Amino acid sequence: MSSIKTVTKKKSFGQRLKIEIKNHWQMYLLALPVVLYFFIFNYAPMFGIAMAFEKYQVKKGILGSQFVGLSHFQRFFTSPYFWRLLKNTLLISFYGLLFSFPLPIIFALCLNEVRNGKFKKVVQTISYLPYFISVVVVVSILFDFGKANGLITNIASLFGWSGGAVISSAKWFRSLYIGSNLWQHLGYNSIIFISALAAVDPTLYEAARIDGANRWKQTLHVTLPGIASTIIVLLILRLGQIMGVGYEKIILMYGPSTYETADVISSYVYRVGILDADYSYSTAVNLFNSLANMIVLFTANFISRKVNETSIW
Amino acid sequence: MYRRSTGEKIFAVFNTIFLILLCMIFFLPVWHVAMGSISDPLKVAATSGLYIKPVGKVTLGGYRLILQNSTILRAYGNTIIYVVAATTFGLILNILAAYVMSTKGLMFGKAFALFVVFTMIFNGGLVPTFMVVNKLGMMDTRWALIIPGALSAYNIIIMRTSFSEIPREMLDAASIDGASEFKILTSIILPVSKSIIAVIILFYAVQHWNAWFNAALYLQKSRDLYPLQLTLREIVLQATENSIVADADGQDVMIYRPLIKYATIMISIIPMMVLYPFVQKYFVSGVMIGAVKG
Repeated sequence: MSSIKTVTKKKSFGQRLKIEIKNHWQMYLLALPVVLYFFIFNYAPMFGIAMAFEKYQVKKGILGSQFVGLSHFQRFFTSPYFWRLLKNTLLISFYGLLFSFPLPIIFALCLNEVRNGKFKKVVQTISYLPYFISVVVVVSILFDFGKANGLITNIASLFGWSGGAVISSAKWFRSLYIGSNLWQHLGYNSIIFISALAAVDPTLYEAARIDGANRWKQTLHVTLPGIASTIIVLLILRLGQIMGVGYEKIILMYGPSTYETADVISSYVYRVGILDADYSYSTAVNLFNSLANMIVLFTANFISRKVNETSIW
Repeated sequence: MYRRSTGEKIFAVFNTIFLILLCMIFFLPVWHVAMGSISDPLKVAATSGLYIKPVGKVTLGGYRLILQNSTILRAYGNTIIYVVAATTFGLILNILAAYVMSTKGLMFGKAFALFVVFTMIFNGGLVPTFMVVNKLGMMDTRWALIIPGALSAYNIIIMRTSFSEIPREMLDAASIDGASEFKILTSIILPVSKSIIAVIILFYAVQHWNAWFNAALYLQKSRDLYPLQLTLREIVLQATENSIVADADGQDVMIYRPLIKYATIMISIIPMMVLYPFVQKYFVSGVMIGAVKG
């Protein structure tokens, strides 16, 4: 079968297509269900984005609804919520990154210093455990700890907090959101660093030791440079997601009393689009978010390529 | 082995203490719920803080109550159906996609890869996707929780990476023997890919076991199709344990009410906790491939 491939060079596109289909029709048949699936559930909705530029009415459909240009975007940018949503989205991302990025690295480094293999294994096993717990359960536990006489509220009142249940306080939302994320993902996020640490060449430590470097110096001059490229790639990847705070956990956690700090663009898209059925406006807001996301992601990847010669794809 | 200095020994002690503390932080919230679920219902609500041991006399009344409750049992059954069906469906498509992507020399191979990867970067968004599912007539049916969201480009890429590492000679030998592509996939590739299949099954199964949002979105009128996570959300987060209490009866119900949320959380995480130690090694290797390629 593969011998035919060599003579395909100077053929026209139509002829090449014919030969390709003749040789590989089975392959394309296997690909067909996947193409159909993604087409229906991922690409067909993209046509629905047209709604963002229309005054969409269910009766008239996407093709029949009135075209209104950028007016939904204008409404969003001038709405009193715009700055609040943008600020909340960026702050949750930024503070999240500030804690949830370095801590898994520190955790991996601490684990790397443990000599007792069994202890190390137990710690790792326990640290991955929260990853398997659902968001609903995590938020449920958070509600239990954050209620008026819950653990976190009690601890907070030891430090002078008197505002009642922390779970319904706008001041506490970000801390609780980021803290519980950290609890759930610290172990999981450390896996890649643990494997990067295991890949550092042991002879480098040997050499450093002969040069008289203690453990701390070795960490500074051997370990960290050894995992620096992993750190940089992952940091850039995370920066690329700075506009992408998901709605699933937010809408489980927030309430009217915490909207002020909790409401992000994606949760607003859900509330306006699904609960209020304002389809066009919600789609417009979502499109803004997706485009902003994509721009940040491509910029991050571009920088990554420049800095490290390792692009994400 | 070289000898450790005093400073390093002190560090080792602190490091061990730090890691033990961290493990307690990871573990105690789950323990708290477990202890709460078997506590004395009359005392538990009034006791604040962390439950290190059961409050008052140990009782299994909370579990007895929810295991007799038709809403919770039905939700449990629904979740099992969704996990099995969606994972099977997703796995089959995932294998096909990964196989095509790992095959070199296809004229449209690059286009296909781009077609798959692009779904990770951009999507139509919440409302347009909702409308497509609605148009397909899946609203308020089980299909809405089985088909949409069953296939993930990320998992395809992980599996493709693993398939690409299979030596080409094995495949070439088979195609010279005239085996069809499907035959090559099922009789050569799949038998040597058991561990990556386990990883992908694990990823999909955990995802579907823990999912709640699509159910809230697509099952607006069909409470009897709810998966466990959505029922849990109603009980714990929207404080509707009354609805659970309402369709049971007897004195027990009123007494054990405070235990319902703890016991329901426990029955939703126990399967994961039991399964987890057995699948951990697959899990770690899968995350590693994903981290490198994702």
